[in-house]
Formats: sequence, structure tokens, C-alpha cells
Amino acid sequence: MFEQFKTRATGVGAEVHRVVTRRDAVDFILGFLKKEGVSDLSGSYAVWADGPFLRGVDRELLKQVPGLSLKVTRERTAQAKIGISEMSFAVADTGSLVQDQSAVDQRLASSLTGIHVAIVPSANIVCDKTALFSRISPKTSRYIAFITGPSRTADIERVLTIGVHGPERLIILFVDELGGAA
Amino acid sequence: MKKEFKASINRALNDANLTGALGKFSEAYRVNRAKAYEGIDFEALRGRIAEAKSSAACHLDEVAEVFKENAEALGAKVFRTSDPEQVKEYILQVARDNGVKSVVKSKSMASEEIHLNKALLNAGISVAETDLGEWIIQLAGQTPSHMVMPAIHLTKEEVAEIFSKEVEERLDSDIPRLVKVARNELRPKFLAADMGISGANIAVAETGSIVLVTNEGNARLTTTLPRIHVALVGVEKLVEKFETVVPILDALPRSATAQLLTSYVSIITGPSPNDDGSLKDLHIILMDNRRTEMARDPKFKQALQCIRCGSCLNVCPIFRLVGGHVFGKIYTGGIGTILTAWFDELQKSEEIQGLCIQCGNCTEVCPGKLDIPEMILEIRRRLVLEKGQPLAQKAIFSVVNNRKLFHGMLRAASVAGKPFTSGKFIRHLPLFLSDLTDGRSLPAIAEKPFRDIFPEIRQPKGGEKAVFYAGCLIDFAYPETGIALVKLLNKAGIEVLFPEEQTCCGAPALYNGAYEVAAHNAVDNIKALLEVEARYVVSACPTCTVALAHDFAKTLQDQGRSEWLDKAKELAEKTVDLSTLVKRLVEEGRLSFEEGEDLGKITYHDSCHLKRTLKVSQEPRELLQKAGYELAEMYECDMCCGMGGSYSMKLPEISAPILKRKLHNIKETGAPLVAMDCPGCVMQIRGGFDQDGETVRVRHTAELLAERLK
Ligand code: SF4
Ligand code: SF4
Repeated sequence: MFEQFKTRATGVGAEVHRVVTRRDAVDFILGFLKKEGVSDLSGSYAVWADGPFLRGVDRELLKQVPGLSLKVTRERTAQAKIGISEMSFAVADTGSLVQDQSAVDQRLASSLTGIHVAIVPSANIVCDKTALFSRISPKTSRYIAFITGPSRTADIERVLTIGVHGPERLIILFVDELGGAA
Repeated sequence: MKKEFKASINRALNDANLTGALGKFSEAYRVNRAKAYEGIDFEALRGRIAEAKSSAACHLDEVAEVFKENAEALGAKVFRTSDPEQVKEYILQVARDNGVKSVVKSKSMASEEIHLNKALLNAGISVAETDLGEWIIQLAGQTPSHMVMPAIHLTKEEVAEIFSKEVEERLDSDIPRLVKVARNELRPKFLAADMGISGANIAVAETGSIVLVTNEGNARLTTTLPRIHVALVGVEKLVEKFETVVPILDALPRSATAQLLTSYVSIITGPSPNDDGSLKDLHIILMDNRRTEMARDPKFKQALQCIRCGSCLNVCPIFRLVGGHVFGKIYTGGIGTILTAWFDELQKSEEIQGLCIQCGNCTEVCPGKLDIPEMILEIRRRLVLEKGQPLAQKAIFSVVNNRKLFHGMLRAASVAGKPFTSGKFIRHLPLFLSDLTDGRSLPAIAEKPFRDIFPEIRQPKGGEKAVFYAGCLIDFAYPETGIALVKLLNKAGIEVLFPEEQTCCGAPALYNGAYEVAAHNAVDNIKALLEVEARYVVSACPTCTVALAHDFAKTLQDQGRSEWLDKAKELAEKTVDLSTLVKRLVEEGRLSFEEGEDLGKITYHDSCHLKRTLKVSQEPRELLQKAGYELAEMYECDMCCGMGGSYSMKLPEISAPILKRKLHNIKETGAPLVAMDCPGCVMQIRGGFDQDGETVRVRHTAELLAERLK
């Protein structure tokens, strides 16, 4: 299913990566922040929304990174270039990511920035929406968000253009070590 | 038809950008849609959607109440009203109570329907549409021209112009750059807005959820950043069960933009936290505005199954020529005609309903299983009931209502050798169509109608019998098609009967909303065709076949003449189109064609009624190939030729470009011969080639097959 997901997600313009351990994931992200020139300057910040993954890593290490904030405020996020958040599920047949985004920082970090980095447990790929809805329900989640590729529009002359109101890049990082308990 | 309306049609037709953009889009759409639906059983999928939505429409009241209860239990405030004025008042009240100064909106058709923006602006509240297309339209002071692509009628240069004014800076027409400008302009509005207004694509009673589907991400911001969220939802968006979200999400993006899923789907169930820790002030307005009334109307109830995907516009040959500003106001295209008639007023649909050529393309792709052309006919009929038939039309139909007079006039026309000038809008009466030779010549009435030739044909007696229903066009203009039909059936040992009392099938009257005339024609024909014992009633005209097999019963029922229903059913069961019958005979070994000769290339044009109502498309193709032709498929083989009965008379400016495109597609195949199963299409296409100076031969399938009999 990973391969199907990857095909679908890259088909709609997402970038898909996969690592084994949490540590690999942190390395990947820190490398990515560096490459993208994240710094302590408005417009170059990065924000990282709280989640199970973040709770399991050495935050002290992250706090050293200039420009990276673990507190997702509206002002900070509006100025940020990169938003990092966790998504609980990947849906293979459409290449979508899904999460209970009732917590507002999840929504901010994944909708206001230019680049969204999404961390997903490899174990949580489901085949389709029907399978997904047996795992997530509006009865327990007030804001269920599906994200499929970057923000797009074709409103001017039907020309597909990436990045209108939402991120123009979606980087998906699968982490094998994260169990299925998202 | 009013002058201004004709003028708006001509303006649209001459707008190269509009027709170019729509044309290109609709071509690409067909291919992309097919790809998006690969591996999916579309019939099953739309069956599920239609069933779930129709069930909700049947219990609209209860379903709305359940929704209200569940959403309120979660902390949302739900307001239900049938009155658009109350919707506006409610929103203004919420705004006043909270000191709202600015609003951001994520696309909501319902708010356009009630002109909400105007009300907000009048109250001194600033409003920004945030869907890019909607924003462009808002800045330009226009209305949307497509449900899914509101600004499709504008070029990038025009958009650059509009944006330049807004940002007071000369902008280049580079599209990614323009999109960036929109992002930068709208971002501060999102961050500053006190209230976000959205629509909803689905509202789920069982869970009190609303579902929002967007590509741009504006709905996410609209529902996240402002502390108040108002969702304005037409009650037709209600479904009972959460499980119905799956088929709708499967179909909506595929049908709308040929995507597997849009970039964002948000399922909002009760208020969630704001970024300052408070809970969202969530208001959901369930708006009726005649929808309940619609749900109670047996003819229009199905309109509530619409999921507003816009695919009916994308495949409509008329929409792609004239675009949304002619074809509707808020809601455009075929479905727009219906929604305008209901949500605005019946009279406003008077002109646009006439744009529909009844080709059925929209019905074929509709994920809600709506029969749009049928509903448009019903609007036409109600308009006629309300306003009466135009005088000239009335005169014609009174002639058609009297078979003897009618046929007498046709004969007189052939004797006089010159066309009538009155009543030029009746289908199947080519001679009446005198002064409308725009882009096509019209055939003369045959010297001897089929009904006079028939008695001279020597037939095998004593075998199986079939009644031939000729229809006016074959009878009086193309008797050779009738002769070919007799030859084919005779060869299979079938004796053909031709009851003289048969008359016009009533389609012209029906398609003009004159149901009483159509019902009268139906009764006359039922009497004539069932009077003789025969196994089949066969026709070589799909429009007539549809009349006999489908319309008679419906019309009679509608006109309260139920005493004829059993007979109508009996007739319907016996009725068959020629290609289907011939194919059956070939399979039974009763007919065969000469073999061994290579007749060269042929292309085939699908007639709307045959392909879409009767679902016959492979039969004639197989037969023609069996007869020795090599089939070369044309592009858009099943796209309407522009005939559409009286349509080509009333709206020649639209019919002509449709025909032109058809001729072009035929020529592109390189085949010197084009076949079709409808005499109306023969007339249109043959006439077109005649004026065009091309030498492509145009024939009815029956004739080509009869020539090749062994
Ligand atoms: S009528 Fe059918 S095709 Fe048209 S918008 Fe509605 S659901 Fe889509
Ligand atoms: S029947 Fe044909 S012309 Fe009429 S609305 Fe549908 S697609 Fe358009």
C-alpha cells in the first residue's frame, strides 16, 4: 500500500520520503530546515505542532535550532516558512493524509505556511475512505482534515497553479518506527 | 425570444476567449474524467448517491431536525428557515452582537442565491470572497459563470487588469504571479476577519457534521482563523448517515475537476477551539428557499439529488458555446435553469430553458442521477400552462393535431414545390424550415410520400408481421429510408404493415411544452398502431422510437388520460428501433450480408436519443462492419449535431456552430461516408455538407444495410 500511496501522492505533487527510526526522522527534518534556510527571521521561521512524535524526541535538541518554534501561535505561524505537523493516517487510493485536527495548532501549522512537512506512521496506511472511517470518526473528532497534495487552483484560464491559500509544498515523511497507535 | 437575450447569445458566441476556454476545457474534461473514474463502477456509485440523497429529500423535515439536534448537542447554533430574508437578518444579528467589521467567505452558492454580500456591505461590513475565482468575480463586479470555475470566462490579461486596480500596481499576466498576488492580498484579510462564512458540500444529520471540499485551502482558513464561523447550507446538502460521505467524496472531485480527491476536505462536527483557547462560535444555517416545496413536487424532487459538481455544464454542447452568463445567473447550465426556475422565479428561466437542446449529455454523467432535460421540459410545459402557447405555434399545433389536414398540407407543399413559411419550428417538417438555411440546406418534400409508395411494394405474405412507424420525416422527406426498412424486414421473412392513420409522434409538441397536443398525437398513434396484429412496431427514427417507447405513457399520465395507459404500455413493449431489430435478425440467422467485398471507410454519428435514451450504440456499428465497412470513429461521435428538432430554427446561431464542429469531426476521419440512425440528423448533416461543398456522403444506416443484403 505504501507504493500505491506514494504513486498517488506524488501524482498530485506531494514529496514522499520514508525513514526507519525517530532519530532518522529528526535528522531528516533538521537537514531539511537547514536546506530551506530556516532562521530567526520573519518569513524564515519554522513551527512544529505538538504531537505524539514530538513528545518522544529530545526537545532540547530542537530548541537549539534558530528560528524553529515548538509553540505554534497564530502570529508566528503566519510569519513562518515551514510548518511541521503530524498526520495520523495515509489513505492509499487517493494519496491523502488524514488527521483529527481539533487542536488548532495542527490546523495552523498545516495551512498557513508555504511548506508543510507531515510526519506519518508507516503502519497507518489504510486502503480507502471506508477503511479510514472505521479508524476515525466525527463522534470523537471535531475537525477531521484530509490533505491531498499541496494547495492548488485552476481558476485562471484553467491553468493548474500550486499554492494559493495553503502550502505550496507538501513533504510527507513516513516513519516506520512509529507504531500504529496514532 | 427577447432581443436582449439573442444579443447576449451573440455576444457570447463572438467572445473567442469564452468559447475557446470552454471548448478546450470540455475537450480535456472528457478524457480526464474518464481517467479519474478508471476502475470505478460509476453506475453503482451514482446509484448509492441518488438513493441516499433521495431518501433524505423524502424526509427533509425530520432529517433537518435530527441534524439540528445533533449539532446543537455539540455546541453549534442551528437556525432553520425557509425565508432568504431571515437568513440575512440572522447573520447581520450575529455580526452586530459581536461587533463584526470584516468577513471572509469561502465559496457558498447559497449566499449568492440570497445576495448576502450586498446585505453585509450595506450594513457597513467588509466582505472578501476568498476562493480565487470568486474573488476575481467580486472585484470585477460580475456573477460566476460556472459552478465550479466561477471565473472561467476571463483571460489572464483581464485578471491582471482587475488585480492591478486592486493593488494599484501594474501587474503582468503571469498566472503563478497573479495567484501570489491573491495570496498576499487575502492573507491579511483572513487574519483580521471577525467572521468566516462558508457553505457546505454535505451536512450529515446523524453526526451533525458539515463537510467542506476545496482545493485552495481557503475553507480551512475561513473556518479556523475568525472566531465566528457561519455555515450557510441549503437543505439539499443534508444526508442522513455519515457513511454517505464516502460515495459523495468519491464522486464530487472526480466529476467536478477530474481529481481523485481535492487538496482539502474538512469534516467539522461542532465547534473546535480557536487559537486563543476559546471555543469557536459556530452557527449553521439550514436554508430552505423553496427546496422543501421542490422535494414535494414529483417532477422536481430529483433535483435535490444534485451534488453541485458542475459536470453537467462541462459536457453540455450549448454551455460550451455560450457559457454561464447566458445560460443562467447564479446557478448556470442545464441544472442552473432548473435551480433558477425554483430559487429565483419561474419567469426568469423562461429564456434560458430554451437553450437546452435535449441532447441528454448531462444526464449521462450526472453523479446524482438527475434527468435534467426532462425537468427542463417540465419547466417549458409549466411556462406554457402559465402563459399560453405563442400564437403562431398554436396554429401549427392545431394543424398537427388533425392528421388529415396536416398530411394534406404536406402533400400540398410537395405539389406547390415551394416551402411553407409559417410554422417553421416543427421538427420533422423540413419543408417548413424555409428561411433558415444558415449553414445548411434543407431537403425538399419528396414528390411521393412513403405512404403512397408503400402499397406498391410487393411483400412476402403469411409470415411474421411488423408495423412500421415512419414518422413525418421518413414519410414525407426520406421515403427511401422507409423502402430500405421494408426490404430489410422482408428479407428476414417479415411482412411490414403500414397503418395509414399513423401521424406525428408528438415530439415537436412535447418539446415545445404543448402536452395536450402531444397527448392527442399519442392517442391517435396508439389506436392506429395497435389496430393491426403484429409482433413489432419498428421505427427508423430514434426520436419517434423514444416517443412510442417512453413518452406516450408519461404524457398521457400527465394529462390525466390514464385510460390509455395500458395500451401505451402494450405499444411501448412492442416498439423497437431498426438497428436493434436487424441485429437480432442477423443473430438469429434470418438475415445476412454479402461477404468478401471491402467497402472502405465509414464513420458513424450517434444520435442523442438513440445513444442516450435508448442506449443503442454498438448495434449499428456492428451491422455496418458486418456489411463490409471499415469503421473509422470520429472525435466526439456522440456529440449532438445541433438539429434538436425546432431548436435549429429558434436558435440557429447556436445550432450552426455545433453543426460545423460535427462536420469538421466527420471530415477528420477521412471517411467518404457517414452513417446515422436518425433522419433528423441526416437532414442536418447532409444539409451542412451540401452548403459546405464537401463530398462526404450522408446516409441512414437502414439504406446502407439494405444495399448489402445477400
Ligand atoms: S445536476 Fe448532476 S452533474 Fe449537474 S451539478 Fe448537479 S450533480 Fe453535478
Ligand atoms: S440536455 Fe444537452 S443541451 Fe440540455 S442541458 Fe443537458 S447537455 Fe445541455
